[in-house]
Amino acid sequence: MLSPGMAQGAAIAVENVSKRFGDGRAALASVSLAIQAGEFVAVVGPSGSGKSTLLRLINRLADPSTGTVRIGGIDAASLDPVALRRRIGYVFQEVGLFPHMTVAENIAITPRLLGWDKVRMAARVDELLGLVRLDAGYRTRLPHQLSGGERQRVGVARALAAGPDTVLMDEPFAALDPLTRDALGQDYRALHDKLGLTTLMITHDMVEALGLADRIAVMLDGAMVAEGAPAAMIDHAHPYVHELMQAPRSIARRVDGLLAGKER
Amino acid sequence: MDGRFADALSRLPDYLGNHVLVSVTALALGLGLSFPLALAALTRPALRTLLLAGTSIVQTVPGLALLALFYPLLLGLAAFSERVLGLGFSALGFLPAVLALALYSMLPVVRNTITGILGVDAAARQAAIGVGMTEGQALRMVELPLAMPVIMAGVRTAAVWVIGTATLSTPIGQTSLGNYIFAGLQTQNWVFVLFGCVAAAVLALLVDQLLALIERGYAVRSRPRMAAGAAGLALTLVAALLPNLLSAGGGYVIGAKSFSEQYILAALMQDRLRASGLAAGRRDGLGSAVIVDALAAGDIDAHVDYTGTIWANQLKRTDVPPRGEVLKEVGRWLKEQRGIVMLGGLGFENAYALAMKRDRAEKLGIRSIADLAPYASGLSVAADFEFFSRPEWKAVREAYGLSFGRERQMQAEFMYPAAAAGEVDVIAAYTSDGRIAEYDLVVLEDPKQAIPPYDAILLVSPKRANDQAFLAALRPLIGALDVETMREANRRASTGATPETVARWLEEKIGRQRQGTELSDP
Repeated sequence: MLSPGMAQGAAIAVENVSKRFGDGRAALASVSLAIQAGEFVAVVGPSGSGKSTLLRLINRLADPSTGTVRIGGIDAASLDPVALRRRIGYVFQEVGLFPHMTVAENIAITPRLLGWDKVRMAARVDELLGLVRLDAGYRTRLPHQLSGGERQRVGVARALAAGPDTVLMDEPFAALDPLTRDALGQDYRALHDKLGLTTLMITHDMVEALGLADRIAVMLDGAMVAEGAPAAMIDHAHPYVHELMQAPRSIARRVDGLLAGKER
Repeated sequence: MDGRFADALSRLPDYLGNHVLVSVTALALGLGLSFPLALAALTRPALRTLLLAGTSIVQTVPGLALLALFYPLLLGLAAFSERVLGLGFSALGFLPAVLALALYSMLPVVRNTITGILGVDAAARQAAIGVGMTEGQALRMVELPLAMPVIMAGVRTAAVWVIGTATLSTPIGQTSLGNYIFAGLQTQNWVFVLFGCVAAAVLALLVDQLLALIERGYAVRSRPRMAAGAAGLALTLVAALLPNLLSAGGGYVIGAKSFSEQYILAALMQDRLRASGLAAGRRDGLGSAVIVDALAAGDIDAHVDYTGTIWANQLKRTDVPPRGEVLKEVGRWLKEQRGIVMLGGLGFENAYALAMKRDRAEKLGIRSIADLAPYASGLSVAADFEFFSRPEWKAVREAYGLSFGRERQMQAEFMYPAAAAGEVDVIAAYTSDGRIAEYDLVVLEDPKQAIPPYDAILLVSPKRANDQAFLAALRPLIGALDVETMREANRRASTGATPETVARWLEEKIGRQRQGTELSDP
């Protein structure tokens, strides 16, 4: 299902990976996925489908039971996990920020771990606040003083702080209200294009995936059941994909109808 | 101002300084042990269980018992180290107090550190690893700061416990604010007791609040507040320790057990030494067993003991030869076995004696212990904390076939009024105690001589055995105190006079006697 040539040139390549938990339950069963440099891939699936585990394998928060994960062609198992995590941005769901650190300290955490000097870190924080469209007044605030949307903007800025070319996002916008979620998603997509990032985003929301990703992979019960461009999802034969597409479809129909009525 | 209050105040620099020193050292040691252990236990569930169980068990041991247990332990250790390394150390006072208190302080710190760190939101920990922190960095930069309020609460609890419990280090020879409480209890000086309690409470509260200030400053990231708290602690420490450092005491140390006669005699010896130009400090409130070991080890230089006590507790003898023979045998044994010099008897006996309220004894027709035996099963007997476990109690019971209905232990000070009020029928009184007369009690005769003689003897440590100036200063006390004089001295102390005041009265009386003999000598 995956041509060897494609996996070889990929920024991230997951090759026939299986993962079993301690209790013998399979979280992933022979999953493969290749992400090209500059691509924005969304993995969609219900909770328990194994999509978070897949994400965690890439920066070695977990290691596969069998199979290989390659980062830039190199077997991740041969890389130092700490160094690897410092060069991959990670946006966490909900409480990703350190509650005892200011916005500036949160953003500068990975640069600090990499040993940057203070002046460089301060300049980088200003630059990133600009990128995620927060003004400099946010620097000294603590996470609990921010709204959900502002917190996740800081989360994105932190992921980008050390200038990674790859960003992993674990349901980054799930806890936000629809308007904020949409605005933040679009802002991030613009940053992805502007900075030439490679992004892998986990979500359970097909509408969000359709709106942001270049390519979508659908997971169910630890297996990859569909993979392709957003357009390929529309008439996909797999019943679960079909089910996932029902909501976007009915929304589209309804909006189309409303628009048509108005135009008449 | 009440004289007793002024007296208490004058001792504050010494007591408070020592109290702070022992508390701070114990707390520093406790924290130094607790943090690494707690951190090591985070990833080792078996160690965690063991550590929490161990520290909890320590916590259930009463503070006084824990402190007392460290003394024999260290004594053995000191002897061992002296033999093996040629390096002895004092097993009395500071060291056992610090070790016991440090152990005592560990539970809240260990428990709060472990629960605080394990209680940190898993998401925060995961984020720490996710952004590329090592395990150590995650602990230092995320988990410890987030657990800090819980950890600091543990530290504050430990500080308050240690400062409070340090008052109990007095009986093992560590001067502390407990000296007020123990001495006050013995001499019915309630101003002292209250003063000690309040001083310890104020110190504990102050330290707690300064730690709270640091904790709060840390939480709101206010450096000035943290600095103010730390400066406050440092200031407290310096203020408490400075007077002691400035008046580097040194000199001789006089020991005293924990009752007023001992306080008076220690004060008297101190006065004698001062009059000869020798500086002398005091170790008050030492236990009967501790004090002889302390003297042999040179932790104290001199104290007054009683032949019967040494006879029973040290020689483990149960036979009762005549008074003079016991005195000679005790002196010989002390010299041979412990290297202790018996300078001589002071001239009076402070024996245990069974005593009853006079009208009650007359009604039952009891004049001697033998007369008491038939009634004993229906009577209750009270004694101090020591008497019932001493061999002569066993000897008395066997000699007369005594079996009391009820045995009660109480502070000696409460024994006499309890007998007078009829709350107990018989008490193990001290023959030199002024309260026998004060409460109109009768001392029962001991026709079978089951209770050994208790001559007060002045003992000198092996290391002062040839210190002529020291011996010469104390020698005038030998044979200088008859039992009437001592009773009167004890009576004065029990009615509110401080041991120092009574000691001065004794000193004058002895001075007059000496002049009298000199005058009558041709």
